[in-house]
Amino acid sequence: MNLNNIYTEIITEHSRSKHNRHHIENPTEVTNGINPSCGDELTLEIRVKDDIIEDASFVGDGCAISMASASIMIDLIKGKPVEEARELAKLFMDMIHGKVTDDEALEPLEDAIALKDISHMPARVKCAVLSWHTLEETQKKQLIPG
Amino acid sequence: MLTISDQFPLFKEYSADKVLTYLDSAATAQKPLSVIQAEEQYYRQSNANPNRGIYELDLRATEIHETARQKVANFIGAEFPEEIIFTQNTTEAFNLLAYSYGMPFLKEGNTILITVMEHHSNLIPWQRVAKATGAKLVYLYPDENGHFSDEELQSKICDGVKLVSVHHVSNVMGTLSPIAKITELAHQIGAVVALDSAQSIPHMPINVKELDVDFIAFSGHKMYGPMGIGVLYGKKELLEKMPPFMSGGDMIDFVSEQESTYAPLPRKFESGTRNVGAAAGLSAAIDYMQDLGYDKITAHEEELMVYAMNRLTKLPFITIYGTKNPKERFGVISFNVNEVHPHDTATILGNDEVAIRAGHHCAQPLMRFLHLTACCRLSFGVYNTTKDIDTLVESLKTVRRIMGFES
Repeated sequence: MNLNNIYTEIITEHSRSKHNRHHIENPTEVTNGINPSCGDELTLEIRVKDDIIEDASFVGDGCAISMASASIMIDLIKGKPVEEARELAKLFMDMIHGKVTDDEALEPLEDAIALKDISHMPARVKCAVLSWHTLEETQKKQLIPG
Repeated sequence: MLTISDQFPLFKEYSADKVLTYLDSAATAQKPLSVIQAEEQYYRQSNANPNRGIYELDLRATEIHETARQKVANFIGAEFPEEIIFTQNTTEAFNLLAYSYGMPFLKEGNTILITVMEHHSNLIPWQRVAKATGAKLVYLYPDENGHFSDEELQSKICDGVKLVSVHHVSNVMGTLSPIAKITELAHQIGAVVALDSAQSIPHMPINVKELDVDFIAFSGHKMYGPMGIGVLYGKKELLEKMPPFMSGGDMIDFVSEQESTYAPLPRKFESGTRNVGAAAGLSAAIDYMQDLGYDKITAHEEELMVYAMNRLTKLPFITIYGTKNPKERFGVISFNVNEVHPHDTATILGNDEVAIRAGHHCAQPLMRFLHLTACCRLSFGVYNTTKDIDTLVESLKTVRRIMGFES
């Protein structure tokens, strides 16, 4: 395994970036996610209006992979319809679990493709999917338009 | 310095081309060849369900099981072999204690006293006892070095405390608890004392008479024995008045449709088919440690600890948790690479075949007490050498660069 494929510039920069790591105004959904194996926690905040994710952010503490994955996810889903975010989350999970490997099929994930090689690191899969799993949990609660 | 890693087959057989630097012995120790062979030999020559059959093979299995019990009793200075109860591990030993001592003998108005440094195995069972019985669960708090002040001990080991259950050596801080003082104060007020020796018995001799504790729990797999066997030692008069924990086969004298009488010690607490293969391995592990000698083990590990602490404290990007005095630490050093999450550090070290643990170390209340979510932990055993520490340090030097920091 080449660590440079994991700790790429995209990942290390996103992991330290604060641009999505704050609270938002009037969130319509606030969901906690936890990775019990390491104690990493994050809270996902989303404001939905007319089925569009108008704003989103997260707060939390965790490893570079979980923090970068969350930051990239927020960039990706902000301004998108709820349904599209749901599809992206499914595609991301399929990528991490090695079910979808074709680069063209993964294109909608943009920067999140940087996490593709996590599929070869079983010990870190939970870190990569923490924020996406929290997004799925949010959607299970059935987003109420704000 | 001992150089005995060739007595541990895993280091050769792990990989044809990679060299393992194993610094996670506090999680589980590697096994010497003699332990592996003892377990194999049991299954090849003596396997039967002990305490049941009256044929030669069964007598062999029973004898191996009971010889292991006697060996453990001698090893920790217990007066009677029936004071040794075999469990799966330390966790089961504490659950046995919680369910067969805590549940029946504690009640509202009583206090269970533990420390904030306990491993979850010596914490969650007491939470459950407290919830079920109405007893209060109270914590002792250390200073930042993991030491407990006399004032803290004296003020909390007071009337109402019926059971004190503490670590001997902390699996995170590596410090020794003031067990003599705790036992003295607890016994003055009639409380019983249980000791978690999982992290001490690999590193220092244990004598239950000298420690004067009422119960001791430890695991075989951290002291070079196999997984799947642990020990609860208890003073005979206490074990005798305790009801069984798990019930079923082998722990009874007489069973009718509605009532049963239980077997005498130790079988009252050993229901179902036992792990005799692991008992054979544990016997061999005790032989191994005794042949090596605790004097050599402690001298070797002290030298390693001094060396590791000296090298780690010279790295400006490392924060060490707990005391930096190597003479006050046994087997483990907890640390973080500044601004890097421990899981990232462990991943990068793992890529260099350096195995350390990262996470909350089954001690979440302690992590919160230290204002941490997680940390890295290196821990060693008799097979480690200063070369392992050198390899670790070289790998640590790459962590911040890989994580995108300037240096």
